[in-house]
Amino acid sequence: MAKYPPPEELIKINYSTPPTSWMDVPPEFKPGNFSYPAKPDILKYLNFPNPRVWSPMDDDWKLPENWKEIITEGFRERLDKYRSFKIFMDVCVRCGACADKCHFFIGGGDPKNMPVLRAELLRSIYRGDFTMAGKILGRLAGARKLETDVVKEWFLYFYQCTECRRCSLFCPYGIDTAEITMMARELLHLVGCNINWILEPVANCNRTGNHLGIQPHAFKDMVEFLCEDIETVTGVRIDPPLNRKGAEILFITPSGDIFADPGIYTFMGYLILFHYLDLDYTWSTYASEGGNFGLFTSDKMMKKLNGKMYHEAERLGVKWILGGECGHMWRVINQYMLTMNGPANFLQTPVSPITGTRFDAAAGTKMLHITEFTADLIKNNKLKLDPSRNANFKVTFHDSCNTARGMGILEEPRYILKNVVPEFYEMPDNTIREQTFCCGGGAGLNNEEFMETRLRGGLPRGNAVKYVRDTHGVNTLACMCAIDRATLPPLCDYWAPGVGVSGIHELVSNALVLDGEKKRTMDLRQNPLPGFEDEEEE
Amino acid sequence: MAAFYSFFVVLALVVLAWAGAGEAGWKGLFGIYIPYLALLVFLFGFLSKILSWAKTPVPFCIPTTGGQQKSLPWIKNNPWDNPYNASGTVIRMALEVLTFRSLFRNTSVQLQQDGPKVGYNSAKWLWLFALMFHYSFLLIVLRHLRLFTNPVPMPILKLEFFDSILQIGVPVLYQSDMIFVVAILFLFLRRVFDCKVNYISIMSDYFPLFLILAIALSGMWMRYIAKVDVIAVKELTMGLVTFHPVIPKDPIDISFFVHIFLVSVLFMYFPFSKLMHMGGVFLSPTRNMPNFSRRQMWVNPWNDPAIKAHSYAAYEDDFREKMIEAGLPVDKKA
Repeated sequence: MAKYPPPEELIKINYSTPPTSWMDVPPEFKPGNFSYPAKPDILKYLNFPNPRVWSPMDDDWKLPENWKEIITEGFRERLDKYRSFKIFMDVCVRCGACADKCHFFIGGGDPKNMPVLRAELLRSIYRGDFTMAGKILGRLAGARKLETDVVKEWFLYFYQCTECRRCSLFCPYGIDTAEITMMARELLHLVGCNINWILEPVANCNRTGNHLGIQPHAFKDMVEFLCEDIETVTGVRIDPPLNRKGAEILFITPSGDIFADPGIYTFMGYLILFHYLDLDYTWSTYASEGGNFGLFTSDKMMKKLNGKMYHEAERLGVKWILGGECGHMWRVINQYMLTMNGPANFLQTPVSPITGTRFDAAAGTKMLHITEFTADLIKNNKLKLDPSRNANFKVTFHDSCNTARGMGILEEPRYILKNVVPEFYEMPDNTIREQTFCCGGGAGLNNEEFMETRLRGGLPRGNAVKYVRDTHGVNTLACMCAIDRATLPPLCDYWAPGVGVSGIHELVSNALVLDGEKKRTMDLRQNPLPGFEDEEEE
Repeated sequence: MAAFYSFFVVLALVVLAWAGAGEAGWKGLFGIYIPYLALLVFLFGFLSKILSWAKTPVPFCIPTTGGQQKSLPWIKNNPWDNPYNASGTVIRMALEVLTFRSLFRNTSVQLQQDGPKVGYNSAKWLWLFALMFHYSFLLIVLRHLRLFTNPVPMPILKLEFFDSILQIGVPVLYQSDMIFVVAILFLFLRRVFDCKVNYISIMSDYFPLFLILAIALSGMWMRYIAKVDVIAVKELTMGLVTFHPVIPKDPIDISFFVHIFLVSVLFMYFPFSKLMHMGGVFLSPTRNMPNFSRRQMWVNPWNDPAIKAHSYAAYEDDFREKMIEAGLPVDKKA
C-alpha cells in the first residue's frame, strides 16, 4: 500500500490556483493519486483493445498508432448517441457553482478536480474538433489539440471522479459530471487506458456471477459459514435456499458483503430477517452480484452484466426480485435496468407476502429495495424488535451518492434505523440526503493504491462524521452500500477514529427477536450486548 | 488575458460601428443589412442547434434526484425535486428556469485548520445577481417591443410605467437599466476576483459580458446623454419589422448605430456560444425527466438486443461438477 501523510498534514489544503493556465499544467502521476492499469489478460478476456503491460508513470503509454482518430471517432459517435453529452459540452457557462462541490477538490485543492474544469478537459477537445469557433480561434475559444498529455490527463482526472453527481445537483443546467466521466472513460477504453480494479471485477462478474470470482460451491460454503456464526449468536439454525426454482422472490445483493468485515454482518442480517419471515425466496450463485462495475466501464458492459438478474429470475420462475443494500447497484436498477434489459413481463409487480403491500414504485422493474421492504414490515408491525440490543451503538446515517441522487431513497433507511436503534443523530444538513458526500471510493476507485486520494476525497464525509462523534458521541456510521462498507472504515479510522461502520440490516437483525432463539448476549459481531459486558470477561 | 482580449474586441466593434456609420456614412449597412443578417444568423443558428440537440436520443432516464422518491404512501415524496410524473417535472423545470432553484442551493466551503472543520456557508450572491441580470435583461428586451409595435400594446406600456416609477431625471430613468449594469459588473468582478472562477474563465466568458455591458451602456448613452430622436429611431425599427426598411431623413445620433450593431453582433454570436444555455436548460436530461424509470419502461432507441448476459447455461457448463458436488441444483445432469 502506498504511504500517505497523517491527517494534520493532509488537511493543509491549498485552494488557490496556479499562475499558469490549466492547459499548460501537465498531469502529474505519483503513487497514491492513480489506480493501476488493467492487466493484459483481463483485457483479452473482455475483448477490449490494446492489451499491454504499462504504467501511468511511464512516458510512453503504448497507445495504438491511430489513437487520435480512434478517440475523435469515438467522441463523434457518443455525441450522436447521448443528448446529455452533447448539451453538457455546449451549455456550460463556467459560473463555478460546482467548483467547491466535489469532495476531491475539497480534500485536495487540485483545480482540475473542480467539476467544471474536469469537464473542460473534454470540452476543450470538443471545441477543437467539433465546433467552428474552436477550429478557427483555437485556444482563444478555449480549444486545444488532442495530444498524448491530454489522454494522460483524462486518465488521471476521470479516474479521480466517483460519478457521485453532487456537482450536478448544484448546476443551474443540471450538467452531470458522471455522464461526462462515463464518456471519457469509454473513450479511454478505446485506446486501452483503463484500471484493473474495475475491469477485473467486470471479468469475474461475467464468468462467476460476482466481482470476487466466487465459484458456486464456494459461495455455498461462505453462506454456510455465516449461518454457523448466526447459530452461535442466536442459537437458531438457518438453512438458506440457493438456486431454488419456484421460489416467490429472488434476492440479489453485492457479493462484497459475503466475505468481508463489516459487510458479512449485513449479509447475516438478511439471512436472519428472511428466516424470521419464513420468506419464500432464493439466493442465486449465478446472479450473485448486485453491484455492476459495468456502470463504470461502458453502457454495453453494464447491460451485459445486468442482464443476469432478469435471466436468472426468468429461469428460476420467481415472481419478483428483492435487492439488497448497495449504492450504484440501485442507480443501475432505478435508471438503467428496464431500459437495457426490459420489459420484464414474466415478473409481477412486487407484493410483500407478509403485509400484502403492493409496491407500485417498482411496477416496471419488478425489483424492490430491501429498505422499502423492511420499512413496510416495521410500519405494519410485522417485526418484533428490541432496539435496546443496539444500545451500544450511537448511530448516524450516510446516504450513498447513487441512491440519494440517482433514486432518492432517503426516508426508508432512516425510518428503519430509528426503529431499531435507540439513538440516532443526523450529520450536518449540507452533508446528507441529496447533498451527501461520497465515500471517496465510488465508481470503481475503492482500491488500496488509490488510498491517499480516497482519504482526501473522504475529508468532507469524514469531517461530518467527526462532528457527530464529537457532539453526540456517535460511534457507528450506518450505510446501505457495499462499497461504503469497504471504504468507510479506513476513512473513519483516519478522519474520525472510534467510529465503526455497519449496514442497516445488521442493526435490524441485532434487534430482531427470533422465535426459539437463545438468550442473546452478543450482537452479530459477537461483541457483548449492553449489560452482558461482564459475562464476556469471565 | 482573456478579459483584455475580450475588452479590446468589444472596443473594436464599437469603433467599427462609430466610424462605419459616422465617418464612412454606411448607415444602411449598420442600420438595415447587418441587423437583418444578424436576425437570420440568430434564427437559423438557434434553431439548428436546438434541432441538433433534440434529434440526439436520450438513451437513459437519468434525472438527478434532489429529494425523497415516491414509494410508500406513508413516506412523504418531494414532488418538485424528485418528480415522478409530468406535472412534477414541469414544476421542477419552471422553478429551475424562473427562479434558478439549483443555484439557490449554492454553498461555499470553508476549511478551518483547527479541528479540522469543513463548513458550508450559504452562498446566494451568484444566485441573486444572476437573477437580477436575467430578469432585467428580459424587462429591457420587452420594453424594446415598443419600438417594433404600432400601436404599442398595453402590457408594454404598463411595463415601462412601472420600470420608471421612481421618476428620476428626464428622460426618466429605468430601474432595470441600473440593475442590469450593476449585475453585469458583479458577474464580471466575480470572474476577475474569485480565483477559482478566474482560473476556469476563457474568452468566451468575458466577451459576452463585455458585449452585453457595451450594449447596455450604449443604450443608456443614447437615451440619457445623446437623447436620440426616438421618432426617427422608431421609423427605422418599424421599417425593419414591416420589411420596408428605410433610413429616416431626420438624423439619428451615431450612438444608435453603435447600439444596434452591438446587438446584431450579440445575435450572431449567440447560437455559437455558451449563451445557448438559454435553450439547453430546457433540454437537460438530468432536470427535465421524471424519476419514473422503475415504474415504467424508458426506451433507448439504440439499445442493442444482441448484447446478452453470459447465460446461466454457460455458467452451469463451466461449474456443473462443482455444483453437483456441493449439492446445488443443476438444470442438466452431468
